Amino acid sequence: MFDWGFTLALITNGVLIGLMYSLIALGFVLVYKATDAINFAQGEFVMLAGFIITGMLMLAGAPFWLSVPVAVLGMVAFGFGLERVVLRPLIGRPIISVIMATIGLATVLRGAAPLFFGAETQALPLPIPDEPIVIGPFSLPPGQVVGALLSLGFLAAFTWFFLKSRMGVAMRAVADNQQVAMAMGINVERYFAIAWGMAGIVSALGGLAWGALLGVDVHLALVGLKVFPVVILGGLDSVLGAIVGGLIVGVVENLAAGYLDPLVGGGTKDFAPYVLMILMLMIRPYGIFGKRRIERV
Amino acid sequence: MFHRESGYYKTSYAADMALYPLPVARWTVAAIALAMCIAPFVLHEYYVSIINLILVATVGALGLNILVGYTGQISIGHAAFMSVGAYTAANLAVRLDLPFWLTLPAGGLMAAAIGAIVGIPSLRIKGLYLAIATLAGQLIIEWTINHVPWISGGAQASIEVPRPTLFGTQLKTQFQLYWFLLFFAVLAIVGTLNLVRSRIGRAFIAIRDQDIAAEIIGINIFRYKLIAFAISSFYAGVTGVLYTYYLGIANYEQFQIVTSIDYLAMIIIGGLGSVLGSILGAIFVTLLPIVIRLGMENWGTLLFSAADINNLIPNLRLILFGGLIILFLVLEPEGLNRLWRNIRSYFRVWPFSY
Repeated sequence: MFDWGFTLALITNGVLIGLMYSLIALGFVLVYKATDAINFAQGEFVMLAGFIITGMLMLAGAPFWLSVPVAVLGMVAFGFGLERVVLRPLIGRPIISVIMATIGLATVLRGAAPLFFGAETQALPLPIPDEPIVIGPFSLPPGQVVGALLSLGFLAAFTWFFLKSRMGVAMRAVADNQQVAMAMGINVERYFAIAWGMAGIVSALGGLAWGALLGVDVHLALVGLKVFPVVILGGLDSVLGAIVGGLIVGVVENLAAGYLDPLVGGGTKDFAPYVLMILMLMIRPYGIFGKRRIERV
Repeated sequence: MFHRESGYYKTSYAADMALYPLPVARWTVAAIALAMCIAPFVLHEYYVSIINLILVATVGALGLNILVGYTGQISIGHAAFMSVGAYTAANLAVRLDLPFWLTLPAGGLMAAAIGAIVGIPSLRIKGLYLAIATLAGQLIIEWTINHVPWISGGAQASIEVPRPTLFGTQLKTQFQLYWFLLFFAVLAIVGTLNLVRSRIGRAFIAIRDQDIAAEIIGINIFRYKLIAFAISSFYAGVTGVLYTYYLGIANYEQFQIVTSIDYLAMIIIGGLGSVLGSILGAIFVTLLPIVIRLGMENWGTLLFSAADINNLIPNLRLILFGGLIILFLVLEPEGLNRLWRNIRSYFRVWPFSY
């Protein structure tokens, strides 16, 4: 007898978690789309944002409505600074330089954050009730619903931003061809900085959602490893792809955890997304919605 | 290496490709060899153990540099290949009671086979995509070893391995292990030096510099990329085996993604595409945590309380480590090797400015 209720619960949970993955992946996609830089420190961005929020709440005793904007501003400033100090000198260098620089940055953040904010896991309580929201047969944990809604909100906002706003159109031009964009009078470096700043905003809210779910400590950064299956599945330069990729990864890992774990003894949750990703890389490396710009060898 | 050249007088390709650029280089190598032979007799056992770690790291760094520095293919899964070698050797040594001269190549070959499989995506994709594919390879291998008791030996995924036996004596002390490791490190250095001068090595460099041009001049990219992955993974596998024999235990925790990043840092800090750079990087990255610990224990109490220092050291290591990676990438992308060459070319014309 196939247990539909169980499957449905797994899928529902997968959708919510998947949208929360998308929230992190969006930061990655924004940076890649505009600057062609790969951010291996996306998980650490989220961790840093989580630390700033809990730091404001616990250490400074600030109210919740103040902590989140401070984290957003802090992350934007961090994104700007990072672009200026680390990534701008690396423009035009081989891709491994950028990858290694962000890996180095990730290492620095993982070492520095506990020094400033303390090593123990800190809870990040959201100012909303804890009881699950029950809609028909679904029972949804409110923290994850907030994360999922944030993610969908960003999807709408970024879709509008890239299609309609002057800045978004300019950013698309920069992403498409930097030299032509420069010739048309677009300040390319400024848009690089803006892209990193926007990634900072997304990461700040990602830190809020994930920090509330997992608690804030160094291990929060490990969420960043899930970004890669998400963006490869959806397409590296597609905002919609980040959402769809997140949904696929979320659902697949929950189904794997539900049905494969009893067979092999656990842990498939961290394994299945990568197998899926390898398959995708073999068949369609640019992802579902990605541009077919990939260089063939 | 240490000699001061008066100019550049090479007139033939053979002279340019020679292993020793000048006769004096031969003497430098001899002097270093002599120093390495005397070192374990005069140094305290603690320092010998540090040199041993450097020797192991050198083999791994050379392997990664062949792939990343010479062939230009990114790999974030180097540590996973080490674990493949380590567990292959450990299983062979424990279950079949094989001696090290069989388990060592077996571990290397197994890692090379797995490495070639992980390298297959490199035939279709490159750059970022390859980095992510090897990252997935790292995580999948890590997971497999951790979750298959047949490989990992069950409890805590670790296998205790008897130390290697040579001529009837078991190599237990750091002094004995030193010679064992030194032999393989030298073998790896000479092997790499010769490899990069050979047809294969120059094909690697051609692929790195411009893959389309390489294909046009008749290099089979398909074959050479897989060869690069296999050779690099072979080195990694051997590193894993050596490390396992050095520790006396195979444990997957030694081969996690952090280790992959350590090795990438070695070749970036040392210098991409350079044998000397790999060695310098291995020395630098191995010594860094030791120097930090030493410094903090001696002078750290001036700034922090004694209780804090033990918590501080691992974090400080991460910060310095990541900071150095960024610093080298931004300021001196060719690493310590380039710094060394700059110093030498400065002294070439010294005391004149040019």
